[in-house]
Amino acid sequence: MPPDDEPVVVPLRHPWRWVSSFVAMVLVAMLVHTLFSKIPSGASVCHQHGATKVCGPAFQWRFGWNVVFQYVTDKFVIQGVELTLFVTVTSMIIGFVLGMVLAIMRMSTNRLMTGIAWLYTWFFRGTPVYVQLLFWFNISILYQSFTLGVPFMNSWHVATISSNLIFTVIRAAIIGFGLNEAAYFSEIARSGLLSVDEGQLEAAKAIGMTRLQSLRYIIVPQAMRVIIPPSGNEVISMLKTTSIASAIGLPELLYQTDNISARTYQIMPLLIVASLWYLAVTTVLSIGQFYLERHYAKGALRTVPPTPLQRMRRDLSQLTQYRWSAR
Amino acid sequence: MTTPMVHAVGVRKSYGANEVLKSVDLTVGRGEVTCLIGPSGSGKSTLLRCMNQLEKHDAGELRIDGELVGYSLRNGKLYERSERELCDDRAAIGMVFQRFNLFPHFTAVENITIGQVKVKGRSQADATTRAHELLERVGLGAKANHYPSQLSGGQQQRVAIARALAMEPKLMLFDEPTSALDPELVGEVLDVMKDLATSGMTMVVVTHEMGFAREVADSVYFLDAGVIEESGNPREILVNPKSERLQGFLSKVL
Repeated sequence: MPPDDEPVVVPLRHPWRWVSSFVAMVLVAMLVHTLFSKIPSGASVCHQHGATKVCGPAFQWRFGWNVVFQYVTDKFVIQGVELTLFVTVTSMIIGFVLGMVLAIMRMSTNRLMTGIAWLYTWFFRGTPVYVQLLFWFNISILYQSFTLGVPFMNSWHVATISSNLIFTVIRAAIIGFGLNEAAYFSEIARSGLLSVDEGQLEAAKAIGMTRLQSLRYIIVPQAMRVIIPPSGNEVISMLKTTSIASAIGLPELLYQTDNISARTYQIMPLLIVASLWYLAVTTVLSIGQFYLERHYAKGALRTVPPTPLQRMRRDLSQLTQYRWSAR
Repeated sequence: MTTPMVHAVGVRKSYGANEVLKSVDLTVGRGEVTCLIGPSGSGKSTLLRCMNQLEKHDAGELRIDGELVGYSLRNGKLYERSERELCDDRAAIGMVFQRFNLFPHFTAVENITIGQVKVKGRSQADATTRAHELLERVGLGAKANHYPSQLSGGQQQRVAIARALAMEPKLMLFDEPTSALDPELVGEVLDVMKDLATSGMTMVVVTHEMGFAREVADSVYFLDAGVIEESGNPREILVNPKSERLQGFLSKVL
């Protein structure tokens, strides 16, 4: 029991927190309500009540959830998702590899190399990816065929292939997105490589590593810590950017859902179908990013942050411990 | 007479108009410990870094183990050595840095195995066995699986020494190995270096530790403004310095 002359501590009240929480909860409730509200469909339904027939308006989901549910696993939608994923993955691979090469070129002591890398980045970042896509799709206007041979020696050639055989819609999309991504990724990779202390390269050299070995075993693994978060952004951004390839007729996710809505006039539900799939893939990618970041955090932090699962287990065990001690 | 391990005659190095080494002569015998002392900016680190070609000297003759450094002499012409050849040369020379420069994404034992496996082509198992032996030798057997961020400065520097030793170098270069350490951690690193000197390793040490120089070094070179002002037996030149500059320098550091 405290002595009588000790003042009582009054905790600070936060009335505005209560007000703002209340407003936020009302807004969330309104959102949920409208998402799952029903509206008159325009048709009418009649019920037989004994001898009398009662007719009234029929209702349907405002957001057409039944249509969403019907098409979310549609064969064509799934095909679209698969193609979207394929184009995203392949063009990201091209972007990462070429971007890393460009970043290394940009940091080279050879002025021609830095110049070429700079020019590449300047051009591909400076023009819309949509224009680049149309360019590769229409390349056969400029070149009817491609020939493997000796530069500037038109009569010496090994093989010739028609442009239309090389630049199919899907390849034009992959090349267009990949080359564009390389320009952006090269800057990300460069910032990562620059973030590694110069002493690391010296230490690698001092034990006799070649430049390539130093990059591969010492510099790049450390640069990854800086490279991954913005790269995660790039992958997610690319996933959604692939939808503009529907303009050159690539049957990816949005192209497929557009096709279905053109046939069924269910525009909103099919946009929701596409959005749900994009969200699902983004979620999976974000989880992957978390574990990748954790992997490359090795040594950088004294203790690696726990995975959500580990955190949950720890919280649970603390809870049970608390209950035991409370007893 | 056997060839000395390091032999420099008239070595020069400039960065633009700034000449940091002005005709340096130096000889390090096999199994000897040589300390380079001098004020900062005197060129001692640059000289050390020329020995394993982290810096390229502009003129003069620098030989390690009788072989020219940075160039090959064929038919009366000096050919610049390729990056590949320089890597082979560097692999035979150990280097310890002021800032340790351990690889932070590798554990202590991985720091010591990576060079053995990737440069010397040893098997992972052999390299790991050797890494554990070396960690024992520097007194860190229990820290094998710790990351550098989990080790103190003195422990990191001892791992760095073990990493260099794993390449079985014929010469060890130390670039101010204790300058970045808290005072109470200096001793443990110097002890490892003394032990190494006793075992007969040829060492060139850039240092401000005059006690170490006096106790361990066979010869001391005092550099000032890119010139070797004075050199000789540490018991002579550190106790009775002849040049005014060395007198001035010692009065500041001792």
